[in-house]
Amino acid sequence: MSFDFSLVIDSIPKMLMGLGLTLQLMALSAILGTALAVVLLLMRISRRWYLVWPSVTYIYIFRGTPILVQIFIIYYGLPQFEVIRESIFWPILREPFGCAVLALSLNTGAYVSEILRGGILGVDKGLGEAAAALGLSVRQRFIHITTPIAVRLAIPAYSNDIVSLMKSTALASTITLLDMMGIARTIVAETFAPYEVFISLAVIYIIMTFFIQKAFGRFERHMSRYLKREN
Amino acid sequence: MAQDAKQPVIVMQNVDKHFGTFQALKNINLVVNKGERLVVCGPSGSGKSTMIRCINRLEEHDGGQIFVNGHELTGDTKDIDAVRREVGMVFQSFNLFPHLTVVKNLMLAPRLVRNTSKAEAHDIAMGLLERVRIPEQADKFPVQLSGGQQQRVAIARALCMNPEIMLFDEPTSALDPEMISEVLDVMVDLAKEGMTMICVTHEMGFARSVADKIVFMDAGEIVETGPPETFFDSPKSERTKKFLSQIIQH
Repeated sequence: MSFDFSLVIDSIPKMLMGLGLTLQLMALSAILGTALAVVLLLMRISRRWYLVWPSVTYIYIFRGTPILVQIFIIYYGLPQFEVIRESIFWPILREPFGCAVLALSLNTGAYVSEILRGGILGVDKGLGEAAAALGLSVRQRFIHITTPIAVRLAIPAYSNDIVSLMKSTALASTITLLDMMGIARTIVAETFAPYEVFISLAVIYIIMTFFIQKAFGRFERHMSRYLKREN
Repeated sequence: MAQDAKQPVIVMQNVDKHFGTFQALKNINLVVNKGERLVVCGPSGSGKSTMIRCINRLEEHDGGQIFVNGHELTGDTKDIDAVRREVGMVFQSFNLFPHLTVVKNLMLAPRLVRNTSKAEAHDIAMGLLERVRIPEQADKFPVQLSGGQQQRVAIARALCMNPEIMLFDEPTSALDPEMISEVLDVMVDLAKEGMTMICVTHEMGFARSVADKIVFMDAGEIVETGPPETFFDSPKSERTKKFLSQIIQH
């Protein structure tokens, strides 16, 4: 079998027209998902059963089911309900874009809240005790001591999750969205050349991953600057 | 001097503490007067740390009563807050906040708990860093300091809240030998200034020269209490004798 480079040259610019949509899906879901993760986390560590229990259940369900299934349930399933069609969310849920962002955010929220919890568990208990002994309230300890350290500890796992989210945006193409994956599938349907097209697409995703990791690496170095022994 | 006044600042009555089924403290009775310097010693696992951690409620006792400066320690957060403002603590592992510079470690509690202005908190912090003899380290992060320096910062941080009582939980146990004296020197200074101190320590030289009273604990109980001369030279209990012979051999 031959590898048609001219097809690669032709298809890359076309797929890049979907880059904007891919980035929108990723950025919106990352922001909404992380916000949701913080809420889930606070519920999870609240020690109040009526907050802990829903949070744990939510995380269990969303981590335990494929994201593709979640996307289909939201896109095909929700419109079946009259309540949803008449709610203020309908303009969003009617659009495949809204459904994709919703599914990706809900999923990211579940994963990231566990990542943040891991960060919190990693904070030396002695620091909280020292702060308590100085008279800081539980809330002050959480804001001024636990959070900055937990965030630093969570960055590597968080950056992995954002990379994973970026790749999951490709699933949005299954509900008619023309992100990079959607465009690639269209090109393949026209040219019958999956090999060239999907390899080109894979290269684009790898380059994006590279930049995301670079950015987080920089963020991690910034957050860890106080660990350097030399000035 | 202050001792003549005999004003009790810490009173523990029949205090018990369990961790699950393990009883860490058994019927502890202890009175510490204002200005008194107490050294608590005993084998590891004897309940020394647990006892002093009950004084500022880092551990909850489950029997008996504890009074600190007249506040009884119960579940009431008001009393706990009041006690923690009046009691400073220094830990074995320093527990400096790694993400804050030295001076900010010192300023945090006055700023948050006492609402001290930034300028004033900074002045207090720098004054205390002078006192522990490391003002030049103010803008470094804890990790850039030696163990001895970190522990002195931790002492200064506790003093920032202007406590009336200082608790030391094995402050020199995590230090390399050559750094122990710089920390003990600071503690001796504090003792000379009349600070009420409770130190859990194995530094018997320090105990002998600074303590008014030595408390020996074993298996969750206070076995023997007395002034250093009596304690070291004519201990009453067999357990004390055994402990002293063990630590003096090494």
